[in-house]
Amino acid sequence: MSASVHGSGRGRRMARWLILILVMGYLLVPLLSMVEFSTRGPKGSDGSYTRTAEYWIAITQNDELIGTIFLNLGIALLTVLGMVALLVTTMTWSYLRVPRMRRVIEFLCLLPLAIPAVVLVVGIAPIYRELRVNISSSPLLLSLVYLVLVLPYAYRSIDGGLRSVDVNTLADAARSLGAGWARVMFQIIFPNIRTAILGASVLSVALVLGEYTISSLLSYRTFQVVIYAIGKRDGSIAVAVSFAALLFVFVLLIVIARFGGGRSGAQAAEED
Amino acid sequence: MRINKSRAMVALAVTAIALGACGSSTSSSDAKTATDAAALGGLDKLVEAAKKEGTLNVIALPPDWANYGQIIEGFTAKYGIKVVSDQPDGSSADEITAAKNNKGTDAAPDVFDLGVNVALANTDIFAPYKVANWADIPDNLKDPTGLWFADYAGFVSIGCDVGKVALPATMADLLKPEYKGMVALNGDPTQASAGYHGVVLASLANGGSADDLAPGVEFFKKLNDAGNLLPVDPSPATIKSGQTPCVIDWEYNNAAQTAALAGTIDWKVSIPSDAPPVAAYYLQAVNKDAPHPAAARLWMEYIYSPEGSNGWLKGFARPATLAAMIKNGTVDQAALDALSVAAGTPVVLTQDQIKNGQEGLKSSWTFITIE
Amino acid sequence: MTQPAGTPATSGVPAGGPGTGLAPSEAGGRRPRRISPYVGLLPFFIYISIFLLLPTLIVVVGAFQDAAGSFTMANIEAVFADPAYRDAFGRSIQLSITTAIAGAFLGALLAWAVAGGNPGGWLRQSVIAASGVLAQFGGVMLAFAFLATFGFGGMLTGVFEDILGKESALGSGNWLYSMIGLTIVYTFFQIPLMLIVFLPSIDGLRQEWWDASASLGGSTWSYWRHIAGPMLAPTFLGATLLLFTNAFAAYATAAALISQGSPLITLQIRRAMTSEVILGQENVGKALALGMIVIVSVVMLAYIVVQRRTSKWMR
Repeated sequence: MSASVHGSGRGRRMARWLILILVMGYLLVPLLSMVEFSTRGPKGSDGSYTRTAEYWIAITQNDELIGTIFLNLGIALLTVLGMVALLVTTMTWSYLRVPRMRRVIEFLCLLPLAIPAVVLVVGIAPIYRELRVNISSSPLLLSLVYLVLVLPYAYRSIDGGLRSVDVNTLADAARSLGAGWARVMFQIIFPNIRTAILGASVLSVALVLGEYTISSLLSYRTFQVVIYAIGKRDGSIAVAVSFAALLFVFVLLIVIARFGGGRSGAQAAEED
Repeated sequence: MRINKSRAMVALAVTAIALGACGSSTSSSDAKTATDAAALGGLDKLVEAAKKEGTLNVIALPPDWANYGQIIEGFTAKYGIKVVSDQPDGSSADEITAAKNNKGTDAAPDVFDLGVNVALANTDIFAPYKVANWADIPDNLKDPTGLWFADYAGFVSIGCDVGKVALPATMADLLKPEYKGMVALNGDPTQASAGYHGVVLASLANGGSADDLAPGVEFFKKLNDAGNLLPVDPSPATIKSGQTPCVIDWEYNNAAQTAALAGTIDWKVSIPSDAPPVAAYYLQAVNKDAPHPAAARLWMEYIYSPEGSNGWLKGFARPATLAAMIKNGTVDQAALDALSVAAGTPVVLTQDQIKNGQEGLKSSWTFITIE
Repeated sequence: MTQPAGTPATSGVPAGGPGTGLAPSEAGGRRPRRISPYVGLLPFFIYISIFLLLPTLIVVVGAFQDAAGSFTMANIEAVFADPAYRDAFGRSIQLSITTAIAGAFLGALLAWAVAGGNPGGWLRQSVIAASGVLAQFGGVMLAFAFLATFGFGGMLTGVFEDILGKESALGSGNWLYSMIGLTIVYTFFQIPLMLIVFLPSIDGLRQEWWDASASLGGSTWSYWRHIAGPMLAPTFLGATLLLFTNAFAAYATAAALISQGSPLITLQIRRAMTSEVILGQENVGKALALGMIVIVSVVMLAYIVVQRRTSKWMR
């Protein structure tokens, strides 16, 4: 349908491809540079560079780096769990039982966009000081504040999902068959917005893996903080691991888009 | 049956406590308040208590900064105490943050190595302690009650890749056209002590004084306008890649690069002769809430002993006890000879001078910016 | 209700608990409900209060406090009076506007190009996935990507060195540290965000409108000028505002690239929080943060207003 809206003449198609090549080129060139830079070996006899995998292999030998990769994945998992347990349930609950509060929840979820992370960390430092002393000094605690960062994006995804499913009809039907509210939420609604939850989860993972501002200013050693520190010692390794991380999330997103949920990936992505 | 068992348990517990109390006369709580080794009954008792604790938490000590790597290894080898080195890339501010955030936990740092500003602003979290050779530390470099004491200093120096360009003898040399796009200052002067003292040195070389940093800022502005100053923060990576062929930094950092890059890059260090050498001491302090108080104090005894202090010397840093060591003959002469020649009386800024200089710097250090 | 009164709460389901926000009496569906359903929203509100509202309050209040905790306007005055801060705000705003507009146009073009393709096709899915990654992903890695391209020893730096010589900005490897360099870097992560935000609108252009325009003898130009353009304008504007906020608030990229000087406002906040030379600036940092909140709030308000207008159209 969309194809004809924008016309399908040859001129149009050429324009499309030209734009795609130019803009995607802009986006892809730095990524290609990363691969080139991180595989550059010493200059060969003909003056051009040899290729080496030593920096990529060095990633596996850096214990601290490997440790923070798993640490961040752990934090990501906690953040996703928090997102589902807190945001999805609250949004669903609101849709079902307290529709009047939808606007309020929407506002609160979009509020983090108005509070930049660098500002948030200024205000949250004293809170984390208390948490560190009284609860735990583990960086896993970062998941609590990461959930705030994730809210605007997760909200859009879940909201799209809830809108597209006729939540109230489903709920009424289930209730009339005797289901309690919990059952309605977890066994009826959630499976139907599975794709949206999945989409929100992947966005959360991407955000957590890439987060630098809050963890560095709160003096936690997370993945990005360590990459930055490595960059001061050896640029090539830092570039290699950056690219690896980007690739990982990209593949994750593609896999989820293709195989996740009942609906086709493209449609699900549109819900965003 | 049950009653007998519980009575037995109680008896066991009481015995254990009694035994524990009779054991060593030094418990952790003693070490926490000890202001010197004598208070604990001598160095041996301190060693005993520290070994019992088994661990020492240090923070922000890069292995190649003033040879800390070797010093830490030496400490562990001598006493068998494990050293946990947190955040080697951390700054002085990070150390205080870590102490505050981890207060009361096992992960809090036991000892600090801080820049002067940060140390003086946070004396409320230090515990006073005087090492055995307290008298060897010059009076102006220690707090009379023992809250903080200088450890080592370096002179601000210029390090250069002499394969690319000649090593400058003076600060003024850096303005020459052959240094175009080559000079980098370690750290933003409004953020880091090394950069700050680079401006002090430039100021002294251009008619300013420890109280007046304006000529120093002027110098760097000229350097920037000439295109000689790089807007890049130098690091081992930038030096190795050749991005920063000349670096203004502490002598011990530049000299460490000489050693690290031997064979690939010929990195030479000089202390500019058109100004008195500018030095800044870092300060040691014991954390009041150290999770391992005895180990913390043993660490202090170690690094101020000739063995420890010579470690700094080998790292091209000048220990606070250097004068005493030379007099006593305990100095590592080879390491001493390896240091760069610095003519003139060193200038060490006082607390007030640092405070006064920093405010002005914030407004004037804005020319290195993006256009 | 078909459930007999004495039945336990619905089998196999937690009858209430923190996650569900349900009171036991509700889980069984028994009447009467004494606890209002608003209780179910409580965990979320508590969480938001502690981790979003409280920190914001700390910043706003702290901006008006001095080191001892008493009220003062000195921090706010410092922000306005000190040229370093004024310039930083100016530069941040300028950079944000430029990259918002650049990112908006390029992103919109990309969205148009992608929308015209096969909805289920690999191209579309890949572009959307790539945008998701690049828009969400942290600045440190992007900084390294650009250092690998334009920085010292970068892939393109070598090319420019051969073409333009080592003395030129592009050939020296220091080009990234100029305003133009930063603009190019920032635009890089603006484009994917624009794609994600704007693509649904392009997809929403209905077939019927094109047909109607064509059947009335309209050309492509008039279609865009009179139908699609006005339709898309509000969303486009809204997305541009979002991009502005995105650039203005960006910290990681700037922090990873720039360590000499603090030309942007986010870097000034970094300095206030972490400097080991200039101490006691925490509350000025809060005043700077407050300034950021004010600017971003104004822009977000405009964004919400524009969004409301758009949603009316799309119904």
